[in-house]
Order: sequence, then C-alpha cells, then structure tokens
Amino acid sequence: MTASRAGLALFLALVRVPFPVSRLPAQDTTKGKAVYVKWCAGCHGDGGAGDGTAAGHMLPRPRNFTGAIYKIRTTASGQLPTDADLMRAIDEGLPGSAMPAWKGRLSDAERRDVAAYIKTFSSFFADTSQHVAPLKFSSEPSGGTGATALKTGRQFYDSIGCRKCHGDQGRGDGPSAPTLKDDAGFPIFAADLHQSWRFRGGGSAADIYRRLRTGLDGTPMPSFSDLIDQKFLTDEQLWRLAQYVRSLSPPESPEVRDVIHAPQIAGTVPVSPDDSVWGRVSRYWFPLVGQVVRKARWFAPAVTGVWVQAVHDGHTLALRVSWDDRTQSPDSAWLGFEQRVLETVAGDDSAPPPPKAEPWPDQLAVQFPRHIPAGTERPYFLMGSETDPVYQWRWTSRPRRSVAGLARGIERFDTLPGAPAGQASFDHGEWRLVLTRALATPDTANEVQLEAGRAIPVAFFGWDGSSGEHGSRMAVSTWYFLALDRPTPPGVFISPVLAMLVTLGLGLVVVRRAQRRGTVRAGRQR
Amino acid sequence: MGKLGAVAAMGGAVLVLVLGLAGWMRPPLPAAQGGGTISGKVKFTGAKPTMRKIDMSEEPKCKAKYTAAPPTDEAVVVNANGTLADVFVYVKSGLPASYKAPAPGGPVTLDQDGCRYHPHVLGILVGQSLAIKNSDGVLHNIKAKGTKNRPFNISQPTVMTSDRTFTAPEVMVPLECNVHGWMHAWLGVLPHPFFSITGTDGAFTIKGLPPGTYTVEAWQEKYGTQTATVTVAGSETKTADFSFAAK
Repeated sequence: MTASRAGLALFLALVRVPFPVSRLPAQDTTKGKAVYVKWCAGCHGDGGAGDGTAAGHMLPRPRNFTGAIYKIRTTASGQLPTDADLMRAIDEGLPGSAMPAWKGRLSDAERRDVAAYIKTFSSFFADTSQHVAPLKFSSEPSGGTGATALKTGRQFYDSIGCRKCHGDQGRGDGPSAPTLKDDAGFPIFAADLHQSWRFRGGGSAADIYRRLRTGLDGTPMPSFSDLIDQKFLTDEQLWRLAQYVRSLSPPESPEVRDVIHAPQIAGTVPVSPDDSVWGRVSRYWFPLVGQVVRKARWFAPAVTGVWVQAVHDGHTLALRVSWDDRTQSPDSAWLGFEQRVLETVAGDDSAPPPPKAEPWPDQLAVQFPRHIPAGTERPYFLMGSETDPVYQWRWTSRPRRSVAGLARGIERFDTLPGAPAGQASFDHGEWRLVLTRALATPDTANEVQLEAGRAIPVAFFGWDGSSGEHGSRMAVSTWYFLALDRPTPPGVFISPVLAMLVTLGLGLVVVRRAQRRGTVRAGRQR
Repeated sequence: MGKLGAVAAMGGAVLVLVLGLAGWMRPPLPAAQGGGTISGKVKFTGAKPTMRKIDMSEEPKCKAKYTAAPPTDEAVVVNANGTLADVFVYVKSGLPASYKAPAPGGPVTLDQDGCRYHPHVLGILVGQSLAIKNSDGVLHNIKAKGTKNRPFNISQPTVMTSDRTFTAPEVMVPLECNVHGWMHAWLGVLPHPFFSITGTDGAFTIKGLPPGTYTVEAWQEKYGTQTATVTVAGSETKTADFSFAAK
C-alpha cells in the first residue's frame, strides 16, 4: 500500500460518485457486500476487522465490526446498537474521524444494505437473546444556557470526575488522559470539549446527554446511567452537565472565512495574549489538516485548527493565534503517549521506523509570501519551494522564542535577522500567542511589507510535540488572507452629506423655477 | 382417587418447591458434597520477576492506604514458598453432557479498595451476579472487555455498588479502570463451579466432581495457560501440580 493509494482511497471516500438507484428488497446483505467491498473495505478491511489498507494511517482507527462494539448508540452500555444507530453513523458519518457522511453519496437502499452486511461480521447480531432496545431519554429541560443551570452542570462535572480525563477546563488534558487506550490498545484522546463540532455522535446538548447515558463503548468513556438509578444525581442534573459541556464550545460551529480583518486601533497594539483589546476583536477559525503531501506524511494531526485575531496601529501588526493543545510540550507525563501515537500511526511506506520519542516542543508557524502578489499567483502553500520561498514566523514552546526566516520547502528554513516579538501563555490546554512586527521593515526583498488595504496571503502550521509531531509531521492550512483595514478617511463621512445638500439645493431650484413658471402661465391666462 | 390425586399433586408440588429452593439457596462453592476432588499446587521456577511500583500520587486517598510498602503491579505474585498466587485453575472440559450446573447463588463481590481490585482474579458462574463495589469513594470506572460476553463500562464516582451478569462462558474477561491505568482484574466466567484460585500457599482444590476424565487448565496472567488431564472416580482425590517458569 503506497501512501498515494491511501490518499486515493481517502479521496474516493470523500468524492460523490452518482450511483444508479435500484429497487431492492430492504436489507439485502448480498448487495450490501458489494457496496461494502467498494466503499468501506479500504478502511474497515475485507473481514470487517477495522484493518483495511488505509487503517494504519488513522487515529482513531476505523471500527472493527467483528466485536459488534459501537461508540455511538442509543442503547445501554455494552448493548448492541439499534439499526437506527448504525444508519445514523453511516448517514451522517462520525465528525472528528475519517468516517464521512454517506447520505447523498450512496442511495437509501445501498446504505440500508451495507448496514445489514456490517451486522454479519459479528454473531452477536444473530443472537436473539441479545436485548436491543434504546434507552428512554427524557427531553431537554429548558434554561440550559442560564447561569444557574451551568453552575449545576459544572458542580457535577467536578463531582463525577469528568476532569480526570477531560481536564479542568475540558480540553482533554486531565491527569488520566495520557494513559488512555481504547479496547484494541490504541492510544485515544479524551475529547476536547471546546470543539463540539468534532464530537463523534453530534454536538448538541441532547447528543451529549445521550453519550453520558450510554457511554462510548470500546473507549474509556463510561455510562453514567447507574448514577441516576442509584440516585447519585437526577436525570435533570445529568442534563445540566450536558448543557454545561455544550456551553464550552461556541454556540455555532465555526464557519471558515477567507479574510482576517485587522482593524486599526488607537494607541499601540497589544503585545500580551491576555490584553483586554482581544476581547473586542473578531476571531477567525482556520481548520488545519495533516500534512500528507510530502514524506514523512502525518495522518493524525493533534492541532485541529487555530483561532486568529489581528489588529494594527498604523506602524505595527499584532497577530493573536490561539489553539487547543493538551500539553505544554515537552511534557514528561505524555512521553509514553507520544511513543504510542508514533507507533500506531504509520507515516508512509518508505519512512524510517518512528524515532524513539524525543521531548519535542509545541510549535506554530505563520506564513506569508515575501511580497504581496499583484495577481492571484501565490507561492506553494506547503512552505514554498527552492525557487519561490515563503516568509515565515516560527514560534516554539521550548526554547520559548520566535524567529523569522525563509522556508524553501519543508526541509529548508533559513533564519533572517529580524524576528517578530512573541508572547505566549498556556492555560489549561490552550496556547495563546501574540506575534508583533513592524508593518514596514528594511529588508523589503525577503520580509513581506504589510500594507493596509491589500489582501495579504497568510497560512498556518501547527505541531503538538506531545503527539510526536515535528518536522513534516504537522498540521497545515491552505492560504487565507489578512487585510489590514485602513482607518476610515473623513471624506467617507462628509461626501454623502455634501451630496445630499447639493441634491437638496438643486431640487429646490427646480421646484422654485417650476412654481415661478406656473405663476407666470396663470397670470397670462387671466 | 380425585382427592388422592390432588394430595399427590400438592405433595409433588411442595417437593419440587423444596428441592428448587434447596437448589437455589445452595451456594455454588463448594459444590455438591461428595464426588471427586482435584487438588495441587502451582509452582514457579526461575528468577522472581520484579514488579513495577505503582505511583498513586494522583490519588492521595489510595496512596495513604499503603503505609508499609508501595503498591506494585500484580501480574505475577510469587509466594514465600515459591508458588504462584492468583492462578485460575478450572475444569476446561470433560464434564458429562448431562451435567447441570447448580443455579447461581448470591453475588460474587469485586471490591475497589486502595485503587486496586480485590480479588485480582476471580471466577463466576454464567448468570451469577457480580457486585462491583467502590469502597474508595474516588472516581473509578469499571470496564469489562470480554469478547464472548457483551462489554460494559460504568462510572462509579462515589461509594456505591453496581451489579452485572455474564451470559457466556469466557476465560478470562479482562476488567479495568481507565482512570487508574494500573487497575486490572481478571474474571473467569464458567458454566459450572469447578474452579479454584490459588492463594498465598499456591494451592488449589476443585471439589465435587462427577466421575470422569477432565482437562484441567491453569491460567496465569503473564505466563498463559497449562493443562493437565486427570481422571477421578468416586470420591477420590487426585493431585495435579502445575509449574510456570520465569520468562
């Protein structure tokens, strides 16, 4: 299996190919097998053991169907999923994993048939003594975003020990997190509760409540239903916990916008990531994906995206980048986890065996072209090339520093003398970094000159050292734009008023003339 | 005749009830009196492995329970007399087809105390209740990872007991806590009560066997399994010793 074929498999999984819709009896396992072999086996394996040719590149791994253990169910812990549970996973996919949504890609009949075929991999589904009934879920109590509800939710977040794995602020950085394994022994991340759009079973409070009731089988996440039975908490209190967890993420899944607007502010730009100015500036979400173009490829990026804010004061730009990262790498508590991740996720065929875990730092890179392009042409997004290098700011957590330089592809980085000023803070699984640099610099040949009113291409790269990320094993973004807003010239406010006055004056003149003529005509008629 | 029949029927019903109750009330261990016995010791040869020390700093409440010596991993427990503790010895095959296991008795208790499972290795009958107790009062989750039995994973953030049963014979069902990665226990689920777990003397005794030739298996967490074939007749006692070597 070459990496390009793995890429092709992934590509095919994501591309919609029209299928003739045939009329079939419901749940035809023979037809289901044909669909499975064509669309599913590449990841899930011919025998359904979750060991397809692309599986080695994935974390979380594709489901192993032979044990009939499913994460996302409406049934009690350990019970088989209902048919509707299986259909939901197929139809909507599992966010935050490689499993895409198949609704719209496969016909209704094909999806039903493949669900029936998947059940044939385990004898549990044929065992009539297995009790498959969804739990009775209550409906969501109102007031879930109110302070009282959230306070109750937080109390139970603490008392039932959520923080043990998910961390005090919910970013998956609890003390037990670096020891976690799934049933197959693969390392598994405690969910980052600030990214509800990546929750496998959906990000609504109702989805979270259901996961608390059912647990996520095959993972360390247990069911909390027994606690209701034993009156440790009430059903409503469990709902409050779900609502609290929901409140940690933005109300809506972040939309990716192309342009970061950097307003001009009075005074000087903030250099601290915790300056109050940042609370008043829009933030923009940019998703990052694994670097799978060049060797060694990386299929399991830990930094799933960055939040970016920018302001300038006419002389200096301040760029604030924040991202979720479970650890302040290098973190000795995570060394074992790092090693397991490197062993689990194959890079590519030709890559040497994963190096023995080293204490890699966390890193972030911000990339610009050397010159703002006049047209649409930009350097290669993946750190430029030998002939067309890119200008980058690179920040590392240890040693804590930021440098500027020219990247000529992933392998080559030549430091330039002028570095941006960097200030970073780490708090409960979140890095907040502010990089500042003068808009204009003396080295106009190599360093991008940040002009207001232009669309300045910008891209981001992230590394989590504790997940074994370094070098080409990183998370990358595509090109986006940074726009330094010009202060609004006074003319913008005055011109419309002038125009209105002129129009009014001309109008009056016209009316006057018309009235005068009217009077003259009337006089003649008399 | 009608009266007589009714009395007989009632008598029969009472008899069935009494027998049924007796069967129900009888604890599964030890099984029926009489019958054959297989006993023996599980020896250990070679260098005693050093077990990893467990750092319980993250759970002060548990750590405080180990005042004499720090807790160590329990994968291999070598006794003072050179035998192994926590070996699960059971009848793997050989029971007559007509054999019917007694109805399961009361629950088998698995206690979480000092962030460890007590016992570390235990056996249970199919259908018998496993009472999972959290004596620590710190957060544990208990996850069963059987393949013949459906799994489960339940949260126990406080002092409480949860009951679960198992539907299929399986040696062994791994049990674990994910909050405390060092916590492991092993549960043998059997359709009969013919099993024994070695203790501090490394000895085991399986009593009440019907006459027959049996395959007896000894399971050890780290060293795997060994089997012996033993024939018992009447109420005789046969010896079967096992020996595991250091790896």
